[in-house]
Amino acid sequence: MDPTTIDTAPHVERELLEVNLGPQHPSTHGVFRMQATLDGETIVKLKPVMGYLHRNHEQIGEGITYIASFPFTDRLDYFNAMSNNFGLALAIEKLGGIPVAERGEYLRAIMAELTRLVNHTAVIGFLLNDMGAFGTPLLYAFREREKILDLFEAASGSRMMCNYVRPGGVREDVPEGWLAQAKQLVDGYPRFLDEFEALLTQNEIVRQRAQRVGILPRELAISASVTGPMLRASGVNYDIRKVDGYSIYPTCSFKVPLGTVGDVYDRYYVRILEMRESVKILQQALKAVPGGPAISSKGAAISRAPRTFRPPKGDAYGRIEAPKGELGFYLVSDGSPQPYRYHIRAPSFINLTVLEDLCLGHKVGDVIIILGSVDIVLGEVDR
Amino acid sequence: MAVIGSGVLRGMVVTLRTFAETYLWGRAVLRALRVPPVDGLVTIQYPDEKQQHAERFRYFPFLVYDQTPDNLRCVACKICEQECPPACIHITMAKDAQGRPLKAHGRTFPAQFDIDVSICMSCRICVDVCPFEAIEMDNEYELSGGDRVQEMLFTKARLLKSDGYFHQIRPEEARVVDQRLAAKKAPAATTPRPPA
Amino acid sequence: MSQPQIFASLDQLFVNLSAWLLGLLPARLRPSASLLMAIGAIAALAPLIMMYLTWLERKIIARMQNRFGPTRVGVYGLAQPLADGLKMLIKEDIVPQGADRLLHVLAPILSVAPAILLFAVLPVGRNLVAADLNIGLLYFFAVSSLGSYAIFMGGWASRSKFSILGAMRAVAQIISYEVPGVLSVVAVIMVAGTLSTVGIVDAQAARWFVCTPWGVVAALLFFFSGVAEVNRTPFDMPEAESELVGGFHTEYSGMKFALWYMAEFLEAFAICAFTTTFFLGGWHGPALPFWTAAFLLAVAIGTARLLAWPARVVGVLATLGAGVAWGSQPIPSWAWFFAKTYALVFVLVWLRGTFPRLRVDQLMGFAWKFLLPLGLINILAAGLWVVWPFPLGTLASAGLLALSAWGLVRVNAPEPLQPRPYILAD
Repeated sequence: MDPTTIDTAPHVERELLEVNLGPQHPSTHGVFRMQATLDGETIVKLKPVMGYLHRNHEQIGEGITYIASFPFTDRLDYFNAMSNNFGLALAIEKLGGIPVAERGEYLRAIMAELTRLVNHTAVIGFLLNDMGAFGTPLLYAFREREKILDLFEAASGSRMMCNYVRPGGVREDVPEGWLAQAKQLVDGYPRFLDEFEALLTQNEIVRQRAQRVGILPRELAISASVTGPMLRASGVNYDIRKVDGYSIYPTCSFKVPLGTVGDVYDRYYVRILEMRESVKILQQALKAVPGGPAISSKGAAISRAPRTFRPPKGDAYGRIEAPKGELGFYLVSDGSPQPYRYHIRAPSFINLTVLEDLCLGHKVGDVIIILGSVDIVLGEVDR
Repeated sequence: MAVIGSGVLRGMVVTLRTFAETYLWGRAVLRALRVPPVDGLVTIQYPDEKQQHAERFRYFPFLVYDQTPDNLRCVACKICEQECPPACIHITMAKDAQGRPLKAHGRTFPAQFDIDVSICMSCRICVDVCPFEAIEMDNEYELSGGDRVQEMLFTKARLLKSDGYFHQIRPEEARVVDQRLAAKKAPAATTPRPPA
Repeated sequence: MSQPQIFASLDQLFVNLSAWLLGLLPARLRPSASLLMAIGAIAALAPLIMMYLTWLERKIIARMQNRFGPTRVGVYGLAQPLADGLKMLIKEDIVPQGADRLLHVLAPILSVAPAILLFAVLPVGRNLVAADLNIGLLYFFAVSSLGSYAIFMGGWASRSKFSILGAMRAVAQIISYEVPGVLSVVAVIMVAGTLSTVGIVDAQAARWFVCTPWGVVAALLFFFSGVAEVNRTPFDMPEAESELVGGFHTEYSGMKFALWYMAEFLEAFAICAFTTTFFLGGWHGPALPFWTAAFLLAVAIGTARLLAWPARVVGVLATLGAGVAWGSQPIPSWAWFFAKTYALVFVLVWLRGTFPRLRVDQLMGFAWKFLLPLGLINILAAGLWVVWPFPLGTLASAGLLALSAWGLVRVNAPEPLQPRPYILAD
């Protein structure tokens, strides 16, 4: 029902209320502003305003070496540091033709899938926080996330800003016992997911709030270049892990969950199913990790002496299925140790372009939930 | 609009179970009812309790010296200063009045070595690129201070810590570093300088 | 009354104590003194109850979230409400420019006053009620409705678009939920035959009203209407924090905000207390001897790890002493009352810790499309239960209620959870 065309009380003088949601957000998404025009409680127009967290990442990248950009990629989507590193590593490998050590390949795919678990749990927690569940699902999600972050700390030295993946593999091998610990955690994860689902999936209140809200039609999703769980919840079978077949994913057997309706509930449920698939991938990968060096010799040389890496002139685009969507790194090299142009295709930014279409005709309370289901992180949106 | 249904009741059971798990008597009741254990209280009561960090936990770099503080490994080559992404390291080599480098223990050394805590990203790139294993990551994180310049800019004196300390906080990594140093010294017996 | 006789009965301790105090005064001062004592007792207890209700809420929700809750301010965080109160008092009092100053001050006061007035007709124990009005129930509904005036006044006085929006939503919610609330209690009036709260408790001496088919439904109806009336999760959209506005109390700070907060918590406590009174038998309780309770209390205090050992020793000795002194008497009526009320408070807090909130139109739909028809049918079921003898009456009313509940759910059902997502390998 489009409120702009139906006028139920033409004799009543109306005034549209223009309201700013943010940048100081009552929700937990970062400095993001939405200029909404309300008719009563219904949204008539919504304009997202971004840029409050712009930190010149791409321009900084042009002035420093390729390796030195890695810590900055940690801070792009600050929840998924390992994935971001992975994307840049792929792009640099394509640009410079760097071979990848097999053990490194497995380790970084394991890290990427663990990051997916981290991200999806946190997102569902935040979504429920936006719905008003006073933090309980959020704190359960964070409790599990802590365990994965402890794993990240044991491997890389830092919980969130890992700076671990490098072109050619990973910066150093995981310590002894890490793989066993990871296996234990991954095996226990489905039980946590069951508990989480018991709290949420059948919950009538969640269903009432989330079903039929923020429906994203298939065609709009494809034409707006939306990627990630948001696209798959609308029923489009596009997962870069399957399409590009990068890293070890061709050897792992997993399925791609798809939704039918494309509302908030579908986006939430697709993420839960994706977590279950990630657990499967992790179990297979952890069993199959080979021995050997964690980084190829060329990669190790570049890591130890970044200024000696002068890729040939040309460009490369490396993309991964980040938990939020397609995270792509476009590098143009002019033969010097610093990139000539360094661009990041941030999934959150592209996914936000459809926000207005999702929110029209809904109430104010729904906008917050829709934003939560789009799953943005401002570090990525604004770079 | 059935709000009270099995879904909400299931959710309530989950919360009640967590509630009971955090109490001793609750745990006893749950075990008696054969309910599998879930996490109880997970809070670490800082500052009374501190979290146990992994060995690789990194926060801020420090300069390594062998035996005495003037026997530091750093030769002021300035590679870490160049590679540091946020450019928070500032080094000046020790030079005499004519501008020629001074030597101690047969090596050049830095007169000034400052790292700014408020800028450092804890990325470890300085450690990765140092050819002389002179700079390593410390794991102390309670570094807050009151004054921006006095306390947040770590000078050489504050950064110097012994190799013994390095072995204490990071035994595994120190072992690997010692192996690398030994490997470098071994060819030095036949060639005058270690490979760069 | 001589001094040893005051302490003879634990159950009637407060009654005897007040009677002795009144005996000390000359006869013509006694009526006003008794009034003042009742008022004083309520005025002293109400803020205390509210403060420790906030403490209880924070602790319970924290434990449900795997964390501790307040622990720093005093042992077990027990001094936390005092710290919060102090903080509220010393905050700057902001009145928005152009706001109506008189209404801005009056609104929180008008909100707290009815919340405290409600306690006048609450029978806390045997013979322990401030005012035994024979229209006690009517008084309860009338006074609690005054709260909606205060909310609207507060929203209007803030002169901010968001506050007015929030206030209107809140008032709409309160008014909608009053109807099922009253309807649920009509069944109680029918069966008890009196509007007096004391009379209703007395009528439950044999069997609590919640042990009947119509009683269960009516108790749930009343409880949920009450939860919605005090704007607590899952019905707290009007004051939602993660929404656009803070609702009608956005523009309030300091002591005025504390008064709004106090009104909300006192009313929440009142809902639990009155559900206990109307449905859970009030202060009636099984005739367990007091020494069981004293023993449990002594164990609890003795094993409290955070208390210093002198406090523990004193506590254990005191409770054991009380057990010895009054051991053979039944557990006092006021103890049963508070136990039941706090059990309901736990359920209230449990609901808050578990559920997300309903959207405004869904809230209203819940009240008008589900609770209201169920309330009406419940009255019929109660009538059947009264008119037809056991077991026919019970079965008839239970059957009617189950059928109508199922029917209403079917009519209003949200989308059933069909297995919507499907999985596909590429």
